[in-house]
Amino acid sequence: MGYHHDIPGGAAWSATVRAGRAVTFTALGDGANLVLLLIGGDRVDRLNLPDTLKAQMSACVRAPMVLMSDRGLALASVTGSSLDWHDALTGFTARAGLVGELVKHGLGEADLHGCVNVFTKIAIDDAAGLAYVPGHCRAGDTLTLRTEQDLLLVAAATPHPYRPGEWPPAGVRVEVGIAEPAGPGDPSHRFRAESARALDQTRKALL
Amino acid sequence: MSLTDTTTALDQTVAAGDGALIRVPAGGELRIVDLHGNQAVDTLLYDARDIANRYSAFDTIREQRAVYLTLGSRLLSQRLDELAVISEDTCGRHDTAGGACSQESNVIRYGEHTRHQHACRQTFLRYGAAAGIGQRQLGHNINFFMNVPVAPDGGLHFADGLSGPGKYVQLRASMDILVLVSNCPQLNNPCNGWNPTPVRLVGRWSA
Repeated sequence: MGYHHDIPGGAAWSATVRAGRAVTFTALGDGANLVLLLIGGDRVDRLNLPDTLKAQMSACVRAPMVLMSDRGLALASVTGSSLDWHDALTGFTARAGLVGELVKHGLGEADLHGCVNVFTKIAIDDAAGLAYVPGHCRAGDTLTLRTEQDLLLVAAATPHPYRPGEWPPAGVRVEVGIAEPAGPGDPSHRFRAESARALDQTRKALL
Repeated sequence: MSLTDTTTALDQTVAAGDGALIRVPAGGELRIVDLHGNQAVDTLLYDARDIANRYSAFDTIREQRAVYLTLGSRLLSQRLDELAVISEDTCGRHDTAGGACSQESNVIRYGEHTRHQHACRQTFLRYGAAAGIGQRQLGHNINFFMNVPVAPDGGLHFADGLSGPGKYVQLRASMDILVLVSNCPQLNNPCNGWNPTPVRLVGRWSA
C-alpha cells in the first residue's frame, strides 16, 4: 500500500520521497494547478528549469523529459501524463505556503526556485506573449514522475495567477508507489543525449 | 561632460569570461555595452539591503505576460518588488528563460570533456561571495543580448544573437541594488557568436 493524499484546493504540502518511486498527481477538478518545487536529497541542489528546458529544447514540461538540478543531476523523469503541456515559465504567487513548507525541512525563502505549474498550459504567441489556455486540464488528468534520487517535494494546489476562477480551486491527489525500473528502452533515457547524460550522471553520483 | 547631479561613477571593461559585482543606488543608471556584438552578459540582481530579495526570472515573465525582456521591462524580485527597469535598449530583446551555464550543465549539454571549461555560475559564485551570495542565493538570471526564441508549439532553442557591436542595454535601479555580472565564457553554442568578447559597464549616479 503506497502513500496517498489529497491536497485540498488552496493548500500547500511537502513530503520526502525515496529514489525509484512513481509519484502520480491527479487533478481532482477542472482547471487544477499544482505549483511544484523539487529539491535533491542533499537539500541544496534544486530543480533548475532553465537548464531543464534548454537541454531538452522545450518551453514547457512534458513526457518523457528529465527534470534537472542546478548541479546537473536528474531529479525526476516525467514518465507519463494525460496532458502534453505543463507550464514552466510563469512561476507562482503562493509564496507564503511554499516558504512555510520549506521551513519545516530546515530550508526557507532562499530555496524558492522556478516551479512547474502542473496541469496548466500558458500559450506562447508568435511574439512570445503569454495567455492562459482555459479547458486544458480536466478532472482526472495526471502527471507521473519517477524519482531519480531521494527528493523533497514542495507543492501548493493554488490556481494559476492568470486564471480567473472561483474559490476554493480544485485539489490534487498525490500517490506514491514503487516505480517500474528504468529498462534499456526507457523513453526518458532515449529522449535526447542530454536527458541520458543527466540520468547517467545521477546514477554515477548515487554509486 | 557638464557638471550635473549625476556623474559617471563607473566605467569598467569586463573581459570575456570575467565578472563583476556592482552596487547601484536607487535612481542610478547602469549601461552594459556589447562592445563587439553577440556577447551574452549573464546578470543577477539583488536588493542591496537584503539579498534574499533577489531577481526572479519567472515572476518577471509572468507579470509582464511576455517571455523576452525589452525596453520598459520591470525586473522583479521574488517578493514582487521592482528592482530595476530597462530604461534604454538598442538591442531590442533579451533572454531570461535560458539560465546560466555551469560546469555541470555543460557536461549535460556537450559532454564530459567540457567539465572544466569556464562557466558563468563559477563566476557568479566567485564575485558574489563578497556580498554573501552562495549557491542557495543563485536564482535564475537574465541573459542580456542573448536570443532564445520560444515557439507556440512549445519549442525553445539558442539562436544567433540579435545584438551587434556597440549595442547597449541600460538599467535604472528602482532601489539600491547589487548587480552580479558574468560575461559569458561559453564556447559551445552561438550565444557569444562562438567567440566571447569584452563588454563595458558604465554607471551614472550621484557620487
